[in-house]
Amino acid sequence: MTVAATWAVRAQKLSRRFGAFTAVDKLDLEVAPGEIFGFLGANGAGKTTAMRMFCGLLAPSSGEAWVDGLPISTQGEEVKRRIGYMSQRFGLYDDLTVGENLEFYGGIYGLDGTAIRRRSGELLQRLGLDHDVQRRTASLPLGYKQRLALGVALLHHPPILFLDEPTGGVDPVARRAFWDLIYEVAGEGTTVFVTTHYMDEAEYCGRVSIMVAGRIAALGTPGELKAAHHAQDMQELFLKVVGA
Amino acid sequence: MSRILAVAVKEFLHILRDPRSLGVALLMPLAMILLYGYAIDMELRALPIAVLDQDGGPASRELVRDVQSSAFIQVVEHLASRDAIEAGFRHNRFLAALIIPAGHATRLGQGREAPVQLVVDGADGSTAATVGAYLEQALRLHNQRQFPTATVRPLLKVEPRTWFNPQRVSAHFIVPGLAAVVLIMVCALLTSISIVREKETGTLEQVLTAPVRPLEVILGKLQPYLLIGALDTAMIFAVGRWIFHVPMNGSWLALSGYSLLYLWVALALGLLISTLVRTQQVAMMIALIVTLLPALLLSGFIFSHASMPRPLQVVGHAIPATWYLRIIRGVMLAGVNAWPREALVLTGMGTAITGLALRRFHRRLDE
Repeated sequence: MTVAATWAVRAQKLSRRFGAFTAVDKLDLEVAPGEIFGFLGANGAGKTTAMRMFCGLLAPSSGEAWVDGLPISTQGEEVKRRIGYMSQRFGLYDDLTVGENLEFYGGIYGLDGTAIRRRSGELLQRLGLDHDVQRRTASLPLGYKQRLALGVALLHHPPILFLDEPTGGVDPVARRAFWDLIYEVAGEGTTVFVTTHYMDEAEYCGRVSIMVAGRIAALGTPGELKAAHHAQDMQELFLKVVGA
Repeated sequence: MSRILAVAVKEFLHILRDPRSLGVALLMPLAMILLYGYAIDMELRALPIAVLDQDGGPASRELVRDVQSSAFIQVVEHLASRDAIEAGFRHNRFLAALIIPAGHATRLGQGREAPVQLVVDGADGSTAATVGAYLEQALRLHNQRQFPTATVRPLLKVEPRTWFNPQRVSAHFIVPGLAAVVLIMVCALLTSISIVREKETGTLEQVLTAPVRPLEVILGKLQPYLLIGALDTAMIFAVGRWIFHVPMNGSWLALSGYSLLYLWVALALGLLISTLVRTQQVAMMIALIVTLLPALLLSGFIFSHASMPRPLQVVGHAIPATWYLRIIRGVMLAGVNAWPREALVLTGMGTAITGLALRRFHRRLDE
């Protein structure tokens, strides 16, 4: 075990350039196991690019990151077994039913038929989707689609969960319910790495970082950051840090 | 293995949930083979000709009757003067005019040579040559019938025989050619949208965060389309055999084996296209362009390679349809089942295209 294994997610000088544009600029970051880590920043600050690198969807231009102690540059496949990912854009199949989506992902995560059925049943009940197994995913309201996506991300019991704006576009009640689920999952020891644009959600996080132009401009617990920047709430803090 | 199966099952569900596309995939080849099987008929029957009989005697009427009795020629007009020939050609009323000069019967009565003239409309070169040949043949038959004792006999006589398709029935050539064209087009179309669609809807990103290898995704995606391709193949050959009566001189097993090989190449080609483009529309356009026209024009289906300029021959040999067409014409018409060189070329193409698709798929993730 390397030193990095004590961190759920760790980045060292992690950079990604697209042509002349540097989306992520020498990012240094450490997230402890079991933490709910809020990864904040304005649109285009580099949050999604960094997250895509952690998930093995994008290769870094330079630097290195470790997920669950494994370097992403050489152990990408192994990293994928240990993470659950929920993208900004709903990424499941609209023309399949809720149950078929779960079966497909169970299959590609290498679970056998019985394991898939047991785990799906358990997750669907927890997510309040147990009556919708036969339903076409396209017909689910957005809030339920997001829950299903969370369910798919949790199918294989990953120690680390990456959620990219998981509650975009739904009402406060649905967001609240979704965060209850996040707390439940974190309570079982899962590390949750989450991006959001809702500052009330940022308050729910153990620690947050605020990215500006590919770098981390602020990092700490919501309380520490608000005190350091003399901000009343996260909204004010965010605006101060991003310099708006 | 279980991951490939999971991908295959999922892909199959997509197809079942989209009955319209499935209908197109199964009915389009059937419609095409029926339509083209009847429409592309390279035989010429009842070619219209005109007769200018300046003699008008019984001998010339006899001659016209014999010409008329040929299945390939139909006398549509009796002309009164030479001037009418050009007008007829201009308005496409007939393709050739047979002129029997005055004094025909007299010359024959004197036992002298009695020439007739044939004027052919050269605007359509290949038809002109055909009508000329048919008329000559009709006149030769007439000669033999009328003057069986004529002393002048050619010393050398060529009697051409066409093997494998003695009647030169068009369908026997057309059905294998259509199979090669239709299969590569439909299969490439089907798979060309399969990856780009997932890219467009964002589902590919989710899949790629799971521990599934690109090769497993590609192999899984191929399965259901291979099944559709196999159904299409069976339909095409069934129609060819029992509706167009194309002979089957070789083995069905060999034909199936070579067809599977060809389907693989076609499906992989579609996948490769899918990894190269950004939208489904562009994918389908490209799939159509790179399959339909080359398979139709450069495979040796309609135009023989021997008649092509050198660069086009080279291109012709680079397309899969050329090799498949050789094999299936060989199996069905010539009854030869072993085509190792052709099969090797197709295998090489399939491997190369699959490999390229895989590499592109890898790189695609980084865009």
